Amino acid sequence: MDILAHLPALQIVVPLVAAPICALLFSPRLAQPFAVLVSLVTFAISIALLNQVLANGPIVYHMGGWEPPWGIAYVIDPLNALLLCLVSGMAAIVMPAVRLGIGAETTERSRRLFLTLALLALTGMLGIVITGDAFNLYVFLEISSLSSYALVATGNDRRAAPAAFNYLVQGTIGATFILIGIGLLYMMTGTLNMADLAERIVDLRHTAPIQAALAFILVGAAVKAALFPAHAWMPNAYTYAPSMVSAFFGATATKVGAYIMIRFIFTVFGAEWVFGDMMVGWILVPLGIAAAFAGSLVAIWQTDLKRMLAYSSVAQVGYISAAIGLGNRDGLIAAIVHVFNHGLMKGALFMVMACVILRLGRADISSFRGLGRRMPVTMGCFVVAGLSMIGVPLTVGFVSKWYLVLGAVEAGAWPVAVLVVMSSLLSVIYIGRVVEVAYFAPAPDSARVQEAPALLLVPTLLLTVLCVTFGIATDTTVGVAAYAVTFLMGGLP
Amino acid sequence: MMMTAFPASWLPLVAIVVPMGCVPLILLARNFPDVREGVTMAGASLLIVVVGLLAYALSIAPVPALEVAGPIADLPLTMRVEPLGMVFALVAAFLWLITSIYSVGYMRAHHEKNQTRFYVFFAIAIGATMGIAFSGDLITLFIFYEVLTISTFPLVTHAQNDEARRAGRVYLGILMGSSIGLFLIAIVITYAVAGTLDFRPGGILNDRVQPALAGLLLALYVFGIAKAAVMPMHRWLPAAMVAPTPVSALLHAVAVVKAGAFSVLKIATFIFGFDLLSGLTATGLLQAVAAFTVIAASLVALTKDNLKARLAYSTISQLSYIVLAALIADQAAFLGGGLHIATHAFGKITLFFCAGAILVAAHKTRISELDGLGRVMPFTFAAFLLGSLSLIGLPPFGGLWSKWLLIEGAFDTQQWILVAVFATSTLLNIAYLLPIPFRAFFRPLPAGVSPRIHEAPLACLVAMAVTVTGCFVLFLVPDPLIDLLARALTMQGVAQ
Repeated sequence: MDILAHLPALQIVVPLVAAPICALLFSPRLAQPFAVLVSLVTFAISIALLNQVLANGPIVYHMGGWEPPWGIAYVIDPLNALLLCLVSGMAAIVMPAVRLGIGAETTERSRRLFLTLALLALTGMLGIVITGDAFNLYVFLEISSLSSYALVATGNDRRAAPAAFNYLVQGTIGATFILIGIGLLYMMTGTLNMADLAERIVDLRHTAPIQAALAFILVGAAVKAALFPAHAWMPNAYTYAPSMVSAFFGATATKVGAYIMIRFIFTVFGAEWVFGDMMVGWILVPLGIAAAFAGSLVAIWQTDLKRMLAYSSVAQVGYISAAIGLGNRDGLIAAIVHVFNHGLMKGALFMVMACVILRLGRADISSFRGLGRRMPVTMGCFVVAGLSMIGVPLTVGFVSKWYLVLGAVEAGAWPVAVLVVMSSLLSVIYIGRVVEVAYFAPAPDSARVQEAPALLLVPTLLLTVLCVTFGIATDTTVGVAAYAVTFLMGGLP
Repeated sequence: MMMTAFPASWLPLVAIVVPMGCVPLILLARNFPDVREGVTMAGASLLIVVVGLLAYALSIAPVPALEVAGPIADLPLTMRVEPLGMVFALVAAFLWLITSIYSVGYMRAHHEKNQTRFYVFFAIAIGATMGIAFSGDLITLFIFYEVLTISTFPLVTHAQNDEARRAGRVYLGILMGSSIGLFLIAIVITYAVAGTLDFRPGGILNDRVQPALAGLLLALYVFGIAKAAVMPMHRWLPAAMVAPTPVSALLHAVAVVKAGAFSVLKIATFIFGFDLLSGLTATGLLQAVAAFTVIAASLVALTKDNLKARLAYSTISQLSYIVLAALIADQAAFLGGGLHIATHAFGKITLFFCAGAILVAAHKTRISELDGLGRVMPFTFAAFLLGSLSLIGLPPFGGLWSKWLLIEGAFDTQQWILVAVFATSTLLNIAYLLPIPFRAFFRPLPAGVSPRIHEAPLACLVAMAVTVTGCFVLFLVPDPLIDLLARALTMQGVAQ
């Protein structure tokens, strides 16, 4: 039997089955290596899938051999193959550092539960991305969401619990909206398979339920993606969650929301209708620009740097939304590339916070005083990832920005191009002030602060290096995104 | 023959890699200052050889372009050697060696901290400068332009005190804000309308844009390239003067600022082209802005008592000469602009070397404190006087020729106002530069100061001697440079 043919199933089954095993493991001490192993295997599967897709085109896999409409199909095109790599790759990078990144006082027992939850969240996100079935998407969405709420609640700070509760309420609202939308689609078309949906919707576009379904799904996805003004759950959740959770979610969770948006708009509903008759571009672009300004402006005033990064994510999701809303080829490339690129840089920045929190116990701006000298490698990573955030050439941020501005210019949306660039200059301020404190302010006391341990430093460095690597060699990111766009837009300009 | 064994098209890349390659070696040698500076010297010498070989190759035949895959899919990074960039690279590479010699004297005599970091970022900045000089398209130019901005930030803020932090904010804020906010947008628009970003003889925008859009683009470029310090984007340059003097000398009188002026000249000539440029209303308006900068910066320079600040405003004024040259869109002006990159570099770096020497030896930063100091530091002030004469454009120094060509360009295009601007500016040059050496030589020393000769370290004096000689050589034999620059036009057929 050919195991390669079943990789799509294994992509989900491996972490899904591993999660309960991790919880039941005979020796709690084995949980960590086990989870690392699982995430590495999952990542390897993602890479293999991406290679298969790039070599042979999209893969359609029928779960259990049942064909749609009875069974569930997994459909892997370049878009979700790239996202699978991002999600499982981030898990593989972050997982080894979990022992250090979730707070010193956790016991091995609770760490085992933490790892179980992390594997479940990973399963859920991968499932959302891989599936070609609308209801199945909702199921995975709930798996990832419920485990996310719990993960946020494991934070040591007492404010983690209310943050998690807030996240739960808003996340559930978002998920419910998506469910209602999917229900409406099913009511009108009688199918849940995305490919079938796309075919049958064409004739029903004038009906109110289909239009309502679009609205519900977009709003639900916007909540999940933390698109301004539905971003309220994110700052607290990322601030008070354990560092590793912030790093993993910061890089992946909102991206999955953006993915849902892209998938439904382009694959299910059809871009020409969504952006033509429904004029969704006129919602996504202004909201995206507003998010970019609001997020960046608020980020400038934050003293807690994890919160600053969370607000920066609000801004970055804004770019993704605006890029989607442009509705042209370069805009969509920008959206997909930025989903990936922002994952890398935000992951790197949150890992820096993990390093600082481990050594200093907190990550507010005053604790960064003199850190440039005391933790040179960590701060070096912050500077590079921060430059990427600003969009300096030779980093991933530049690549995203280039395509976004190019898409805006080609769409004739000059104000968008100007506003995007202006808002991105705000990131110079919020990154710059941290750099100033770290390199220009004297260290507060003479207590020796050591550089972070290798277990945290290596993943941080790795992500930082990737920020530069994918900023120079963009074949994998832009190449795959451009290939994905040909499927999503059917060769449209 | 060597050229067949090692194709000349690779040399630009080598010119970038050589300074960058010094970085790990400098870091390795961080505990052995002599070895560390030896690495810089060796790197600088090697760079001169590489750039010299390139100039030789260019004098024989056009050097083929080199393409490397870059971050944007359809836009490979291109390295293309053309005469204007060649002149810039020659100047920057040669002066890097001289400045390195000077740095050894200055940094040690001044007991600067973090010297390893200083030499590391200096090398990166030079590598970026080479990248700018040899870039064959706008995106390559932009990438190295940004690398130059970022690599010079730690040099500007070297002191890491509050003053440095404030200056750093201005420096990075203006340079990065303008480059991302205006320059990048201009590049994207150019790409959207022209479908290419290559530097081509005659430009790439001709017949592809409406005059209004072309005018907007031109303004975006002129202001977006804040390194050229056209007012009101000039504030970063005086701010950058908090840096150690070698940085002010090489980077903020030569490499960084000339990278800006060079970019404007290059974009005007090879993106817009003379034909398009001379037909735009915006060209006239921007000429007015640049002319205003020339005069206004000179006037501000008159009011500055801090020596480095005065020199900085003088640089702002002189940079706009080159911007004006670009906007005059005429062969003689182009030659003048290109030559001015070289002549101003040698003249101004001399003055900065002197300013640093005065700081190291006499601990003076203000012009009003220099009374009689010419007797204590005769050599330094003699060099200052000669450098000033070159900047003013008096024989026997190279500054004469570039100013001559610039004025000739203004004559050719019958822009009498610009002729008047150049003439007025020359008078202002005299007014703000010559009083400095005169004060030092002819006023009495303040009471209590020993008139015993006390000069800066020998390394500093050697560097000054070399650059003054350079000003003189440029007067005697400017032809090789002018001929080289002229080939930028005739060989590629821009003018006709």
